[in-house]
Amino acid sequence: MDVKVLGSGCSNCRTTIALIEQVAKARGVPIELQKVEDLQQIMSFGVMSTPGVVIDGKVVHAGGVPGREKIESWLAGAPA
Amino acid sequence: MSTVPAAARRWPSQQPVPFLILAAIAWLALYQLLAPMSETLVSALPIQRASHLGDALQFFFYDTPKVLLLLTGIVFVMGMVNSYFTPERTRALLAGRTEGVANVMAASLGIVTPFCSCSAVPLFIGFVQAGVPLGVTFSFLISAPMVNEVALTLLFALFGWKVALLYLGLGLTVAIVAGWTIGRLKMERYLEDWVRDMPRTKATVREDALTLGERIDAGFASVREIVGRVWPYILAGIAIGAGIHGYVPEDFMASFMGKEAWWSVPLAVVIGVPMYTNAAGIIPIVEALLAKGAALGTVLAFMMSVIALSLPEMVILRKVLKMRLIATFIGVVAAGIMLVGFVFNAVL
Repeated sequence: MDVKVLGSGCSNCRTTIALIEQVAKARGVPIELQKVEDLQQIMSFGVMSTPGVVIDGKVVHAGGVPGREKIESWLAGAPA
Repeated sequence: MSTVPAAARRWPSQQPVPFLILAAIAWLALYQLLAPMSETLVSALPIQRASHLGDALQFFFYDTPKVLLLLTGIVFVMGMVNSYFTPERTRALLAGRTEGVANVMAASLGIVTPFCSCSAVPLFIGFVQAGVPLGVTFSFLISAPMVNEVALTLLFALFGWKVALLYLGLGLTVAIVAGWTIGRLKMERYLEDWVRDMPRTKATVREDALTLGERIDAGFASVREIVGRVWPYILAGIAIGAGIHGYVPEDFMASFMGKEAWWSVPLAVVIGVPMYTNAAGIIPIVEALLAKGAALGTVLAFMMSVIALSLPEMVILRKVLKMRLIATFIGVVAAGIMLVGFVFNAVL
């Protein structure tokens, strides 16, 4: 599962990454986590508020730190 | 929160209406108890109530829970309101509108649309791409950080609704006029080249229909995030304010921030530009300054300048705006704030 976190480095973005890593580890789901800080790349996804989360190329979240339940629902769709 | 059983934690979002009613009643009850509680607390301590220390402590014990209570309530409500307004929806509302009206809308939307200063750049570009005029985008960018619920709540808590309303009105005016002015100056060519080369997009909105329960969750998240982040500043600020309230003689500040010193307004604005704190950190100090004779116009100008013109945000905006446009932005907003300060001092 390819997970990208879009953000220019403020604390919300770091929290989002940490949270995703935590949940993935707890569920044993293998993910490729990538942090995208380059503005032009962030804009290419059409995201206007960071942190943004892109899973397998699709934008699933933009703005604010995603709730734990939301992250779990994303990872639940992954093959174990 | 981990000690609260899961079922209890889910209750507010599953029974939204009963929760909201109960929460409102509990909040109001607590609010009424604040003044008597603070007096009781101070009288229980082994000090003279009528002393400097007594004054300072009563101020602290009354204002700290009052401010925290107000802030929690308002941040929660705003968190719910914010869930109705996304940047995408705001953008769709503003795209292609004629300036003037659009500036007013943008400034007003800046109050209710959730905004984090690290999103300033993606948001700016997203607006420009969808055809929102430059000046209108600026109206939004000026009002969003400056006219925020934390600032308004604290102003209301410490100075009353008139001052809060004034800050709201003047803040919106500065945002509208400054944004419109920048639009008139036709400075589109001072956007960084890569921004202008970005493809045009349509202002689409992903319709996420949230339930009332989910909006309540958004409110809670907002409280955890905002109050959780600013409460140390509030405590520190009120402690300092309490100290000044109890100990600094009446006219000390009036001498250099009072009305007669005409240079105090520009000075306050200039000092405010490189400073950046969240609204919570600065307001209690502002309160104490006012109580000791500083002119209201000067103090409001200082506050607006600190919040609206922040060096970190300028650094971030440098990625999308050429220096000339940034300088114009700072200049126009600073001038607007100074005007507010002068008019205010003259009128009151």
